[in-house]
Amino acid sequence: MSILDWLPWVRERRTRELADEFHAHLEMAEAERIARGETPTEAAANARREFGNFGLVQEVARDEWGRGGRWVEHLVHDVSYGFRMLRRAPAFAAVVILTIALGVGATTAIFSVVNATLLHPLPYPHAEQLVRIEDDLVGLGARDIGMSTPEWNDLRRSGVFDFVSPTWFDDNNLTGLERAQRVGLLIVAPNYFALLGVKPRLGAGFTPGDATPGFNGQAVISDGLWKTAFGSDPDVLGRVVQLDSDSYRIVGVMPPGFQAPGSTREERGTQVWPAFGFAGAPLNQATVESRRSLFAGAIARVKSGLTIDEAQRRIDVLVRQLRQQFPADYPPASDWRIRLVPLKDAIVGNVREPLLFLFGAVILVLLIACANVANLLLTRATGRSRELALRQALGGAPARLVRQLLTESILLSVLGGLAGMLLLVVVKSSLVRLVPDALPRVNEIAIDWGVVLFALAASVVVGAIFGLAPALQIRGLDLIRALKMEGRGATSSRAQNRTRRLLVVAEFALSLVLMSAAGLLVRSFWRLLDAPLGFNPRNVTVLHTRLPYPNDPKEDLYPTAGAEATLVREVMRRSLTLPGVTDVALGSGAAVPLDHPQQDQTLLRVVIENDAVHGDQPLFITGAEVTPEYFRLLDLPLRRGRLLEDFDSDSAPSVAVVNEAMAKMYWPNTEALGKRLRLSPRSTTWTTIVGVVGDARTESLASPAVPQIYASLYQRQGKHLAIFVRGYFETNAIAHGVRDVIQSINAALPVFGVQTLGETVSDSLAVRRLSLILIASFAATALLLAALGIYGVTSYLVAERTQEIGVRLALGAQHGDVIRLVMGQGVRLAVVGASAGVVGALVVARLMSGLLFGVPAADPLTIGGALALLTSIAVAGCYVPARRALRVDPIVTLKT
Amino acid sequence: MVYLSRTDMASNEPATSRIEILQGTLDFIILQALRWGPCHGYGIVQLIRAQSRNLLQVETGSLYPALQRLVKQGAIATEWGMSSTNRRVRTYRLTPRGRKRLAAERSRWEQLSEAIAGLMLPPGAEEA
Repeated sequence: MSILDWLPWVRERRTRELADEFHAHLEMAEAERIARGETPTEAAANARREFGNFGLVQEVARDEWGRGGRWVEHLVHDVSYGFRMLRRAPAFAAVVILTIALGVGATTAIFSVVNATLLHPLPYPHAEQLVRIEDDLVGLGARDIGMSTPEWNDLRRSGVFDFVSPTWFDDNNLTGLERAQRVGLLIVAPNYFALLGVKPRLGAGFTPGDATPGFNGQAVISDGLWKTAFGSDPDVLGRVVQLDSDSYRIVGVMPPGFQAPGSTREERGTQVWPAFGFAGAPLNQATVESRRSLFAGAIARVKSGLTIDEAQRRIDVLVRQLRQQFPADYPPASDWRIRLVPLKDAIVGNVREPLLFLFGAVILVLLIACANVANLLLTRATGRSRELALRQALGGAPARLVRQLLTESILLSVLGGLAGMLLLVVVKSSLVRLVPDALPRVNEIAIDWGVVLFALAASVVVGAIFGLAPALQIRGLDLIRALKMEGRGATSSRAQNRTRRLLVVAEFALSLVLMSAAGLLVRSFWRLLDAPLGFNPRNVTVLHTRLPYPNDPKEDLYPTAGAEATLVREVMRRSLTLPGVTDVALGSGAAVPLDHPQQDQTLLRVVIENDAVHGDQPLFITGAEVTPEYFRLLDLPLRRGRLLEDFDSDSAPSVAVVNEAMAKMYWPNTEALGKRLRLSPRSTTWTTIVGVVGDARTESLASPAVPQIYASLYQRQGKHLAIFVRGYFETNAIAHGVRDVIQSINAALPVFGVQTLGETVSDSLAVRRLSLILIASFAATALLLAALGIYGVTSYLVAERTQEIGVRLALGAQHGDVIRLVMGQGVRLAVVGASAGVVGALVVARLMSGLLFGVPAADPLTIGGALALLTSIAVAGCYVPARRALRVDPIVTLKT
Repeated sequence: MVYLSRTDMASNEPATSRIEILQGTLDFIILQALRWGPCHGYGIVQLIRAQSRNLLQVETGSLYPALQRLVKQGAIATEWGMSSTNRRVRTYRLTPRGRKRLAAERSRWEQLSEAIAGLMLPPGAEEA
């Protein structure tokens, strides 16, 4: 069968040709008969008789073209008929198309995000072979602790991977251009780009086999940096740039849109990739040979033909061997393991749950829209029952009529879907702006063929769902009854009314699920906003700067805590003279509450003196370096002992302050004060705990008490510095002032990331806020649709019972009775539906328990509130038609 | 099943007896008729009637579907021309594939008639 057999216009042409052929046949037969002596009239009649039934012959000849074409022909006919029907009821069509457009548009919008982030493979060749390598210490509950150079070499020699490249995110000061600038840096092995399979747009990039032990002086830059810092200079290759006073030669510019495949916003925003051999200066020989972890992790390409599971099994064997070979580095208690995580999961893993949750929610909205449209169509089908009965009586096969109705509803939904797509294209850019850039792969969100196909498929399925109810009514259509109902407007059958009620019940059930989900999220959000922070962010502005950390120690302007202290004190002294500034404190990047740049090791590897439980094993505890003013500025209350003081300088004994959670966790039965720690396993200095401060939600709003160590910035260096400023005035002016202060001390220091602490707190809720806004708007849409639905059904019931109401009023029924009659029916449906929805709401609440905070999944207040709100919406939706029922004039209705 | 009717042309009476033939035979007969050269639908009917000595009359309801089928199978090809009365006429001709098929069907048909002839006992043997 050829495709030609399916094309309606080809069939039409062929049908014409057949007719031509038959006419020629008849003509020839006639001519021959006349030649044989028949009269023209006789000849014509006989030729026709001999030929047989013209139409029937045509039909059987056409049958040879196959059934598919016939099907298409009917479809074309049904669609054009459908269009005629829509033109006849434009208001109805508009309402339906708009409802579907909203439903399909919203669903498609969420799908486009799901598609780009979760479904699409990463934009690299054979991306399924890419993994991120994470080392865990299962025994200590520590995940992704990083990797060392010997371990990297073990993996390279394992035969499991084509390439393995460590990735070590850092930031650097880019100087020598117009203005000192902080840039995101991803230190990688020279095989990094070959591993990903991406070539630079300019330049050759690195040589994958380059075996230089240290930095080879080459760097690849991002398209963004090329445009902003180098003005898209085509001759940028070979230029030497200064990063933290080290020189790098630019050997490549990545194509636009290329992002480092990282799990954090910082890493994805990498602007410079220097190549490093991870086996030479600035690392010393001892470090290079140590198996204690060193860099953040690695990515790798698994050899083709090997699945990730098989690779994992082979790596597990390797890990067992290494643990036997180096028992001192891998004590059994820590239970060291290596995990291969598909690179895509490593990037998008933590947004999967919220995204799928949103997708589920928007599908509920779509279903509610479907129920609404189904109700509208049912109402219309009742009005059309005479037409349908007549067509059936005249021989229209019921199956054919069902198809006709289904075609009409799918036509409506496809038009709605197209409108929804158009809407989406129009609002796309503003929608994408809504998405927090913490969401990975935002730059890949696009309306591509997959999305278009999804929208079309969704429309067709939706059309079939809501078209089914009215179409199935045909089967139960009582022809005699329908045809008899002359003039008297059709009333619907019992079955139709049941369907209509069921739809309203379903609508309210689904709405309740959405409402309660939205309610739970709102309450969680309130709880989070309401949770006592434990610190005071009011009027605090935070600025960041970064001290250069050159690979050559001789170049380092701030090699010791003492050298840095001079700068720190000077920044504080000058900033305090700025108008409006009341308090200034400095700290390392880790000291900023709720916003730790990835490159800052917030986790210290701490060894506790005489620790009976853990022995010499380092413990992972969050820590930050701060100046003494930090505690007063953030209002962290002192519980016991003393705070850090100015005299705790690098010449004084090393001291630290811990929070109550830390004191309680590691010294549950004794006093933490006076206990000694080593703040890194290699350090020989003992640090004494001199004070205990109150707990604060500085790690996450959701966790009230995370053990925390505060060391003195004058004793331990922080290359990344955060400047905390509290002032009376508008924070912008203060920020500018502090920037000038810093750059007047050293013009090569970049100032970046200016934000008020309030904004930081609010930003830490960005993803939560987005889901909240979306779910709440879905719930509001559902509510609106449910209200419209119940309004429509009640109005219909009133219209249908006008006569009955007239009789009742004539017989002396009171207004209250009529209102009760009408509203009772509607509200009962809503309540039944909403109650049914409670079960669904409980199930959904359990599924979303990961998104909740401080609210039980089965929260009676939320569900009760949703029930009450839906009931009042139902009352409102029924009241309008009920009032209309009262205006029924008994005389008029009884006369007709 | 395809019916061919035997009509008495002289009386123009409708067929009284019909020969029921196996599916596929009609295709064979049409291909056979086209062996002499291109011909239109009416011509094919006339040819078959003449060659079967008025025994077989192909009905249009069988002929035209069969022609459509054969065109689709590629056994015959069509061409449009003009009749003497200036009407568009479609003619059919055998394609190489049709010729091959005709040869195959011919030998099949000969085998079949031989086999059936063999099954028929000579008259007289039946009584014995």
